[in-house]
Amino acid sequence: MTTDRRILLVEDEPHIAEAIRFILTRAGWLVAVEPDGAAVLGRIRTLRPRVVVLDVMLPGRSGLDILTDLRTDPAFSTLPVLMLTARGHGRDREAAEQAGATAFLAKPFANADVLAAVERIAGADQAG
Amino acid sequence: MARIALTGTRIRERRTILRIRQADLARSVGISPAYLNLIEHNRRRIGAPLLAQLAEALGTSAVALAEGAEAILFDGLRMAAAAGDPGGAPAELDRIEEFASLFPGWAGLLVNRQERVASLERMVETYADRLSHDPFLLDALHELLSGVTALRSTATILAETEDIEPEWQGRFLRTIGEEGERLSATAAALARHLDALVAAETGLSAPLDQVEAWLAACDWHLPEPDAPGARQIEARIEAAPQLAGTAARDLARRYARQAEADARALPLGDFLSAIARFGPEPARLAAEFGAPLGAVFRRLATLPPEAAAELPGGRITAGLVICDGSGTLTLRRPVPGFAPPRFGAACPLWPLYEALGRPMQPVQALIEVAGRMPRRFRAFAFCAPLPPASFDAPLLVESMMLVLPATGDDAARPVGTACRICPRANCPGRNEPALLPQPEPARGLAV
Repeated sequence: MTTDRRILLVEDEPHIAEAIRFILTRAGWLVAVEPDGAAVLGRIRTLRPRVVVLDVMLPGRSGLDILTDLRTDPAFSTLPVLMLTARGHGRDREAAEQAGATAFLAKPFANADVLAAVERIAGADQAG
Repeated sequence: MARIALTGTRIRERRTILRIRQADLARSVGISPAYLNLIEHNRRRIGAPLLAQLAEALGTSAVALAEGAEAILFDGLRMAAAAGDPGGAPAELDRIEEFASLFPGWAGLLVNRQERVASLERMVETYADRLSHDPFLLDALHELLSGVTALRSTATILAETEDIEPEWQGRFLRTIGEEGERLSATAAALARHLDALVAAETGLSAPLDQVEAWLAACDWHLPEPDAPGARQIEARIEAAPQLAGTAARDLARRYARQAEADARALPLGDFLSAIARFGPEPARLAAEFGAPLGAVFRRLATLPPEAAAELPGGRITAGLVICDGSGTLTLRRPVPGFAPPRFGAACPLWPLYEALGRPMQPVQALIEVAGRMPRRFRAFAFCAPLPPASFDAPLLVESMMLVLPATGDDAARPVGTACRICPRANCPGRNEPALLPQPEPARGLAV
């Protein structure tokens, strides 16, 4: 499984998705992008990604709801999820942690931080 | 401010005008001249039965003697006392009358300050509410953060990826251009929104308060459609010092349009002669003109003061309250003894809300409004749906209540103004405790 570099990026803003896809691809990840919140769970089940990068504000379904559902499925209870949100403080961060996010980044983030967070949570799951 | 005429003072003035000696008046109502003297100098409370006797002896009504401008002042002082620091020394509520009598200027100032504090508090609440719930601000924040995130990521890639393919470079450069434009548009819209907020909030009170202040300044009557001055209504709205914001002016325009439609449906001359024939009976009047009850309610409550004073049945002073389906008051036309609350919820026992609970069924009740000198009114309430904006629009209703001063001893429904200033104990409708200690009920003092 160590060579498995599949990652699902859930982001509805096309320019942000493109930029993240670019840096993750350069770092050796196989990136799939899903802009629709309602389709995410199905994509995760078929794709079986190593890591999910999940935006909180999505059309169709909130990232928090998706994450809550994901955690109730034993197959995905430890799937590493990096949550992206628009607000760095207070309720959003708390809600993301409660819903079971593995890591958390507030927009606007630095590309290097996204890469570092993805590598870190991918490794953390492997270790555990 | 003007000196306040208190009940005792009015009794004295009336007696002097009629050249009745104090001792004679006292004897005719069965009290001692010394006691009457105390009453006339506002040093003793006066109960309803004695007041009625004095009014009869003086050839006037108890209402005319009892409450005038000072009722509003007393309510204002009670509000100020209720809003006081709970840890501080309590205000001497039992001596409000004495305080207002001795220091009318200070009392008026206190009431004004209290109103100002209340309106400022509400403004702060409005701002706080707006900042946390304003959908535009939330959207704008999301847009800005998304735009900045895309720009930052893309710019970093361009700056730090040395071997970037020309195709990707072109794409990311286009992204920067597009995101830059989007950010500019969002920033401009945000600036416009904030400007509009500032402009809208320069007035210190809510739009409804401003419109009501404007209507009060017009004696609650706008010119009849064909009268000179009717054409200048737009100019009057623009020039009215009470109407500080766009929202208030729009509300005033809507009110004026409604008033004009009502006036055309119920032409003044015909309406007055119908009142002379039937009395101010809303259902009869509505049937006579084939007009909606709402139009009759509004017309009765906003008659030209000079015409209302000259009706054969005596002056009509009608109060009116209108609420929407949530119970929020959308118009408050006060009359002496019936002063709808300026903030928060009104008395849940009002027939207004009974009508709201069963739309299209008229509700009639004799009500007695709690106060130092309880006032009675015939209340007529009716709730009807508003004309739908389209066939798939949600159903909106409006409930209205007209109140006409009443006399007599028939059993009346005890109601109040708002729970927090209402003295009624054991009220089934109470939704919050009275903020004030219960004032002593008016007792008969006849000996």
